[in-house]
Amino acid sequence: MPKFEFERGKMVPAPSHSIMPERDIDSTPVLEALHLGIDFGGLRALDDFNITVGKTEICGLIGPNGAGKTTVFNLLTKVYAPTRGTILLNGQDTSGKTVFQANRMGIARTFQNIRLFNTMTVEENVKIGLHNTKAYSTAAGILRLPSYWKREAEAHERAMELLSIFDMQDLAAHQAGSLPYGAQRRLEIVRALATNPSLLLLDEPAAGMNPSETVELMENIVKIRDTFNIAIMLIEHDMNLVMNICEGICVLNFGKIIAKGTPEQIQQNDAVIEAYLGKQKEA
Amino acid sequence: MLQVLKSKKTRHDLVTYGLVVLAFLVVSFMQANHMIPRMIAGQLVPICAYVVMAISLNLVVGVAGDLSLGHAGFMSVGAYTGIVAAMSLSEAVPNDSVRLVIALMVGAASAALAGFLIGIPVLRLSGDYLAIVTLAFGEIIKEIVTCLIVGVDENGLHVLFNLTGKLTVDDLGLTEAGTAIIKGAQGASGTDTISTFFMGFVLVMVALVIVLNLVRSRTGRAILAVRDNRIAAESVGISTTRYRMIAFVVSAALAGAAGALFGNSFSQLSATKFDFNTSILILVFVVLGGLGNMRGSIVAATVLTILPEALRQFSDYRMLVYAIVLILVMIISNNSTIKDFVARIVPSRKSGKKEVSADA
Repeated sequence: MPKFEFERGKMVPAPSHSIMPERDIDSTPVLEALHLGIDFGGLRALDDFNITVGKTEICGLIGPNGAGKTTVFNLLTKVYAPTRGTILLNGQDTSGKTVFQANRMGIARTFQNIRLFNTMTVEENVKIGLHNTKAYSTAAGILRLPSYWKREAEAHERAMELLSIFDMQDLAAHQAGSLPYGAQRRLEIVRALATNPSLLLLDEPAAGMNPSETVELMENIVKIRDTFNIAIMLIEHDMNLVMNICEGICVLNFGKIIAKGTPEQIQQNDAVIEAYLGKQKEA
Repeated sequence: MLQVLKSKKTRHDLVTYGLVVLAFLVVSFMQANHMIPRMIAGQLVPICAYVVMAISLNLVVGVAGDLSLGHAGFMSVGAYTGIVAAMSLSEAVPNDSVRLVIALMVGAASAALAGFLIGIPVLRLSGDYLAIVTLAFGEIIKEIVTCLIVGVDENGLHVLFNLTGKLTVDDLGLTEAGTAIIKGAQGASGTDTISTFFMGFVLVMVALVIVLNLVRSRTGRAILAVRDNRIAAESVGISTTRYRMIAFVVSAALAGAAGALFGNSFSQLSATKFDFNTSILILVFVVLGGLGNMRGSIVAATVLTILPEALRQFSDYRMLVYAIVLILVMIISNNSTIKDFVARIVPSRKSGKKEVSADA
């Protein structure tokens, strides 16, 4: 595992490739968004958004508050229907699909404000994520047919396996709502992974985590990409995290892309510094 | 199999089944020794029917989290189709028990169909709106059933839809050997009372097994997920409409079976029996017993069905006492001091906080 060095509250000046181990990134696109846009009434929340994410790429989506980052996630997961443009997932058009259909096509997400099934246990939360991968019919469930026993055993095993990514096996029987904040965020990631996605969207995964938890999270995001061979797209305000683990970064401001490129390019981009980092300096 | 017994929820379910069987055995014993007052003896089958109704409504209200106020409508669909099935098969199937089983299945199937058809428009809504629309559909079903005139003879079933209110049984054109089963607003009369307490008990067990197994399965988890957080459920690939519909239809089917059991236990039954008050009564069973808590539903349905009979000595004040008892139970069951007191005596009741949990 790569170890990350970080200084809290400061941009990390070192280029990410010096920290990232050399690896071949599969850049065959898993996600292509073409001229994506959405209007809310008269407000142009997002306009002409183009992005391509490779099969095992980690891509960062950054920008000041209200730039439209979460709107992008909501468009990609079909919570909103785009006003303009198309989204291709593994080469397939997702227009007209619902949220759960988009998930079945290979897109999974976490939420900025955590959305767990609070009254259920940690294990049940993950099992709900396994809903479509460990499937059996309703009748088989009521009559407890052999497929019920087989799939339930598989689901239990798989749930434990997935929880072990974050060392959460011991928490399996705990109620999800009673977990500490950081653990809830991790559980959300596990639940999303359970749906067997080809693209994982993380909405502020490090929010509310302390520095050591953030470092652990960075290691885990890379580990998830390497073990599952999936693409990860993340919204994050923690620049240290973004600059260290993302291969590509896309910067949004007022619903428009103002810069795209590698972490080094973004750090030197004047438009970004003005829109994003310049504000930080003033503060 | 031993592995299974380790699960806390499985043990909980097995205890529930055990308690129901025990209750049945005790009541059967008492019945055999004439220890049950006649007033209550006549209520045994209706109690079973109400228990099944409470279990089935708990699936929709407690587990799926959709407030439905039209459950008596499904009961009436089941009751009337069940009565018609039982009456029209009286010669083809002489065995009462077999005939009742068929009637229960017919009742369940037709109520499930009604549930599905009503579910299509209704499940687009949620919360208060859903409650009001289900209420309306419950009333619509009652009105439709009130218009029905059904008779049977050797040529088969005769059905009239009495919209004008001028048609009578004579318009059915039954032959000499035929019998009228449902007579419009008068309801069904001359029904063979083929429902037995034993069959009622069997239906309660079947309903319990179906609902508890459903809740513990993949489908049940999906239903609970939709209740807990609809957006998150969709995001992990669960169709919210589909799973709310499954809960709604299974619940309607059980209500239909309960209706068929209920209908075949009286020789006379009118559609007004299944009005809004009945829907509310069943909701009271569910809320009083605890949302998602099947054991509670069973106890509440039993006690609240017996209570009005037991309160007959209060004559005119009967319903007043009934209402006061209801209010007191509600206050007491939500009082933290009393909860703490109970928790001290029964250690397993320690976490009184998670009232709306999946622990059916």
